[in-house]
Amino acid sequence: MNRNRIWSSPRFSLRFIHVWRRNALVWRKLAVPSMLGNLADPMIYMLGFGYGLGHMLPDAFGTSYIAFIAAGTVCSSIMMSASFEAMYSGFSRMHMQKTWDAIMNAPISLDDILIAETTWAASKSLLSGCAVLLVAAALGLVKSWLAVWTIPVMLLTGLAFAGMGLVVTALAPSYDFFMYYFTLVITPMMMMCGVFFPTDQWPQALQQVAALLPLTHAVALVRPLMNDTVPVAWGMHLAMLALFAIISFQIALAFTRRRLLK
Amino acid sequence: MTYLSVHGVRKSYGDHEVVAGIDLELKPGECFGLLGPNGAGKTTTLRLCLGLTEPDAGTIRMFDLPVPVEARQARARAGVVPQIDNLDPDFTVAENLLVYGRYFGLADALLYARIPSLLEFAGLANRGDDNIKALSGGMKRRLTLARALINDPDLIFLDEPTTGLDPQARHLIWERLRNLLSQGKTIFLTTHFMDEAERLCHRLAIMDHGRVIVSGSPRELVRAHIEPQVVEIFGDGAEAWATAQGSRLSERCERTGETVFCYAHNVDALLHDLEQRPELHYLHRSANLEDVFLRLTGRDLRD
Repeated sequence: MNRNRIWSSPRFSLRFIHVWRRNALVWRKLAVPSMLGNLADPMIYMLGFGYGLGHMLPDAFGTSYIAFIAAGTVCSSIMMSASFEAMYSGFSRMHMQKTWDAIMNAPISLDDILIAETTWAASKSLLSGCAVLLVAAALGLVKSWLAVWTIPVMLLTGLAFAGMGLVVTALAPSYDFFMYYFTLVITPMMMMCGVFFPTDQWPQALQQVAALLPLTHAVALVRPLMNDTVPVAWGMHLAMLALFAIISFQIALAFTRRRLLK
Repeated sequence: MTYLSVHGVRKSYGDHEVVAGIDLELKPGECFGLLGPNGAGKTTTLRLCLGLTEPDAGTIRMFDLPVPVEARQARARAGVVPQIDNLDPDFTVAENLLVYGRYFGLADALLYARIPSLLEFAGLANRGDDNIKALSGGMKRRLTLARALINDPDLIFLDEPTTGLDPQARHLIWERLRNLLSQGKTIFLTTHFMDEAERLCHRLAIMDHGRVIVSGSPRELVRAHIEPQVVEIFGDGAEAWATAQGSRLSERCERTGETVFCYAHNVDALLHDLEQRPELHYLHRSANLEDVFLRLTGRDLRD
């Protein structure tokens, strides 16, 4: 493909739904271990830090520490789940199993596959986020029905991280490559974006960096919604997440076209 | 009417021109074979025809639709058996067909009705619930063929369909392909097995260095490009004999590895000479497509 075609806007057909369904059918076979894996990790952090540190930090955050960290865990679990799906599972389907090659021999284009992969990874991460949210609700950490509004936020967050993950997948020569992304992007975001403590604890310069990261905006929306408060500047936070979702998708699409349609 | 027409198509990767201007036409009901050594440009040609990569020059039409612009729509009437198996390892045999059929937008009811006869066709009638990992190489190939038929295609592309299979499995695939031809399907296959091309193809083209060197029916090619009689000579001293006698007693004498090939219209004198030399083993046969292929593409090893 020449350069103009690589960066041209996506051309979808509704057939992408069948690719989404394919991934869902595989997931259904492995649903129990998959959900357990998705839930166990965030739960350990949430309960460990929440109860462990919580008693030492009484009401420093305007709410109990465990409620504070529950909101962060909802967001980080979405980030993790969408990233893992878009990278490790996506790479398996693209490179190892050649599933995408098989699909492209049917009347489905690479653009359809990419939108299917993005929405699938976002759907799966939404499920993880909802699972954490339900556990938090069962522990009495969700204050009102306002928390229902976290669902579209979680979906948008999932789309943003799915798109970013697919960019990395499009560039990856092997599974080892994903370690760079986790170490250099995901782990710093985990620390910088207000999951475990408010972003204003960072020096000014790092706060400005944090304001440009998608996880910061997800946390800034989900935490007040779980605490019966309408988030400040919610429109801006949503717009930032949407921007990350759209731009990362377009980059992932271009890189994948360059890789597979050459 | 043509199902596929390719005109003046070129494709380069960097400085390397993989497809250097080829013309092809496929008419309904025919079996067309694209032959060539490794790296000749066969697979790239196939990818171009399917609209999976853009040509640098030339035009391609499938079912009268421009490719790649409307390739997605054209592929709705095509079936593809890729060179590398890409069955879905997470699904059972039957699920592979079901899920693949959905990609064509076919209703589940139609697919459930179609799957048993396709499994029958693939010789996998009782294996519908089996895991893909439990299948042999030949079974996987047959399932891939069945998968390519899920949309009841008019045109079937096969990229080296029997590479890596044992003789029994190859014969079974050939039998199935002839069966499809008798149903009126059109087949476009690439191969580097001459016997495969000779058995199946009505018409074929030999490709090398991105160009079609010759095309025609297998018989026409053998008649036009090679002497009818071949004697293969091997054993200690075959080379020395070729230099001393072989080149004198035949019209053309070539060497591949440790075997000497002598080509001629009349080989009586040559055979008489060989009878006197018990240290040499020989095989007398008629010329075939492989001889044409080796003559036209050379005897050097391709990697």
